[in-house]
Parts: sequence; structure tokens; C-alpha cells
Amino acid sequence: MTVALSGKEIAAKLQQRFPGTIVESSESSLVVKSESLLDIASFLKTSPDLDFDYLTAITAVDYYAYFEVVYQLTSLKHNHSLVVKTHCYGRDTPVLPSVVSLWRGADFQEREIYDLMGIRFDGHPNMKRIFLWAGFKGHPLRKDFSNGD
Amino acid sequence: MAIKTEPFVINIGPQHPSTHGVFRMRTTLDGEVVVDMEPVFGYLHRGIEKLAEGRTYTQNIPFTDRLDYLASMSNNLAYVLAVEKLAGVPVPQRAEYLRVIMAELQRIASHLIGVGAFLNDCGAFMTPILYMIREREKILDLFEMVCGQRLTYNYMRVGGVSQDIPEEFLPALAKFVKVMPGFIDEYDQLLAENEIVLARAKGVGILPKELAINISASGPVLRASGVQWDIRKADPYSVYDRFEFDIPTGSVGDCYDRYRVRIQEMRQSVRIIKQAMEQLPSGEVLTEVPLRLRPPEGEAYGHIEAPKGELGFYLVSDNSETPYRFHIRASCLINLTALCDMMIGWKVADAIITFGSIDICMGEVDR
Repeated sequence: MTVALSGKEIAAKLQQRFPGTIVESSESSLVVKSESLLDIASFLKTSPDLDFDYLTAITAVDYYAYFEVVYQLTSLKHNHSLVVKTHCYGRDTPVLPSVVSLWRGADFQEREIYDLMGIRFDGHPNMKRIFLWAGFKGHPLRKDFSNGD
Repeated sequence: MAIKTEPFVINIGPQHPSTHGVFRMRTTLDGEVVVDMEPVFGYLHRGIEKLAEGRTYTQNIPFTDRLDYLASMSNNLAYVLAVEKLAGVPVPQRAEYLRVIMAELQRIASHLIGVGAFLNDCGAFMTPILYMIREREKILDLFEMVCGQRLTYNYMRVGGVSQDIPEEFLPALAKFVKVMPGFIDEYDQLLAENEIVLARAKGVGILPKELAINISASGPVLRASGVQWDIRKADPYSVYDRFEFDIPTGSVGDCYDRYRVRIQEMRQSVRIIKQAMEQLPSGEVLTEVPLRLRPPEGEAYGHIEAPKGELGFYLVSDNSETPYRFHIRASCLINLTALCDMMIGWKVADAIITFGSIDICMGEVDR
């Protein structure tokens, strides 16, 4: 059974190393500040007792006030998992750091989020639309998207 | 006098038999050698994630059939598991076993097409795939018995399965599991040591272990690279913890390993189905849930080992009757991440079989 690590416990651990970067934490997940996302992700990947070598999935949810980007991490070695989230503010040009440098599995998934949700990922090697064509107006998975119907 | 040469760009696809659907590879060639490749997606994008936000949890089940349409049963299972996790719906034991039987039959059916199409790409044109379609046909007959459909089954429900199996199903299934190992032996006899298959697939399109993990590859692609990771064992769902089976792995991560892993997985699936038939309990197959199900506020990620890799559904509920967010973790899309790395330096003909060996379905890639 894959053990879902407690967001609270990991948050306490991260708090010592990266003070002031944890926005909130619960049993199921933890929310980190977007500025320190890359540092924390890098720590989670390289720290031997956590060893999150496998990025299962990334997705984004539109809550109007902010976008929530969800990272599902798994360690194949220890068979445990963790859900890390970050909030991204602003609807005109929301930007987050890209994690492609750590997990290349993020490549197409970040492009998908950019295409459908409109969040840009800084440091992504090929930040362009993946499914829709280059001239498409808007980002369909946003809650306020309208195609004119 | 030296003749001046320069690399040129050709499009393979979107309408090309080797792309198994509407996929385009924008390939840069130096003579016959691939020097760069850019995958182009989206020709089959139907916006299923957006459409699902406007329909109830039950109405969304048929959408999942249309993701990887060669493995509809598995898609149904992954989705209903996620909804059950979100809403806390119990599932009767008999339904759990029926789900496992259907999911494993589906794995065999999907691998038959995957392997057959791969051998087609290798140049073993049509003979192996017709042998494999012969057996897939029997599986489709079984599916038709339980739900009346042969491609898009819409069989599973939140809380169980839509209906119990008919009387004639178990005898037909017993007959199938009896003959299937013999057919797999037949494929092995024809293909495992076949000189052409070995020459075409051995050492071609290697995906190293570290890269496979780094690109979040899953399913037979990950296992062929030597990673023993199968969600049925690592994070058992349904009643998979009650069955004995092995996880076949490859050693090199080349096209041949991916082909071998699929053949061996079919044997393991037959093993699981046999055990599930022996243990199949009697009783109800569906827990009553409201048609307009309103799961409590929250989120859930349900995932399964689908034939082509990890298929997951990330659902967010706002306690209304439609999902607030419906995200599909598509293994087919993510498995293509390293396609470029696997192709570069090989000839066009090798690039084609490398792509074929990943076994994707555009319905799931583009969604």
C-alpha cells in the first residue's frame, strides 16, 4: 500500500529548513508559497528519507480568487506519496516556476495547464499550447471561459 | 567535389498508418537518420475535462469510455474508484470481483492490439495482428454478454456494476481462460525468437531506467525499463491484494522488452482471472446511490494500473451534483515525453517501431 505521508508532518520538517514558506497544511496535503516551490520540490526529491523521484501528476484548479496547482509526488523506493499544492494569484499573467528541471514528466503536463488554464511556467523549455492551436483565444478550463454560446 | 547535404523536415502524420491515430511527428532528418522530432498533439482534443464539469457524476461514466477506447472497462474502473473515494460509497464484494475480471480481460484485449499493431510496424504485416484480433474477438463477445456493447461498455457504476453477469458468462469465460494460454504459447512460438522481430526490435529505442522514472513513465513502458512498479501491487485497489501474480519486467528498456513485458502480462492476467472466478462470491452487485450524487466538499485522486499505464482521475467536489474539477492523469500522453530521446540517432523505420512499442491511444492523449 502506498503510504500517503501526512502534510502536517512534512510541513513541520520543511518549516525548519525553509522558514515561512508553508502557507497551510493538513493531513492530506500541504500548500507552499509559489516563490519557494522549486527549492522545496528539489529538497523533497533529493532528501534520502523522502526521495520523491516520481512526479505522478500535476493539475490546476480555478477557484476564481486564485489558481491552485496540485503536485502529486510518489517515491518508488519507499512507496509513499505526498500532495504538494501552491496558489497562483492574478488572472492576467499568472506565473509559476517550472519543475521540468527536476522531473521531466512535468513537460507535457505544464504545457497542458498553460494551454487550458493559462498559467505560464517560468523556465519551461517549450512553453506553448499543446492541444489547441496557437491562435486560440482564452483558456477553456478557466471557470469564466465562454466560447460565445 | 563533396555534395552539399542539409537536414530536412518531414511530417509523419497526422494521417499516417504508423501513428495509430491522429498524431503528428515533425521530424528533422539527416538522410534517413532522425536528428530531431517534435510531437504535435490535439487533433482529437474534445475537451472532455470541461464537458465533464457540466454533467453529473453518473453522466460522466460514458465519457471515460471514450478516452482510451481500447480499454474502456479500465477507464470506467478508474473513474468510479475516484468517485467512490470522494463520496465514500461502499462496493459489494461480487461487484469487486466482476470489476477485476473485466479489467483483466480488458488488459489482455488492449495488449493484443498493442502487440499486434507493434508487429505490424515491424513489418510482420497483418499476420500476427489477425491472430491477436481472433482472441480479442472472444473477449469482446464476453463483454457483449455482460453489457451489450463491444467497444464503449459503460458497465461500471458508482457503487458497483450496472448489472450482474448472465448465466452463460461464466462457462464462456472458463472456456476462454482454458484456451488463452495456448494462444499465447502460439504467439511465442511464432514471434519470441523470430529473427526478424529480434533484428528489428532488440536494442532499438532504449529508454534507460533513470529516464523512465524521471519522465513519469508508467505501465509496461516503465516496467520494460527494469522498474518493478505496478499499482496493483504497490497500491492495491479493489480486491487485487487477494490474488497471486507476478510483475514481469524487462532489463534493457528496448522495443523488444516492451513487447515481451506485454506478452507476459497477458499470462498474469489469465492467472488473476482464474483466481477471481474461483473466489467469486454471490450477492448484490450494486450499492444504491442517488442518481444525482452530491459528494461532500473535497477532492480525491483515484488511480489504477490500466493496460497502458497509470490512469488517474483527480476530482474536486463543491457538494453540487457536477464535479468542480475533473482531471485525467493520462498515461498515454506522459509516456510520450521521452519519445524524442528514444528516436534521435535512429533511422526512420526504427523511429516508427519505437513509437509503436510505447502503445498509445490518441483518445487518451488528446482527451
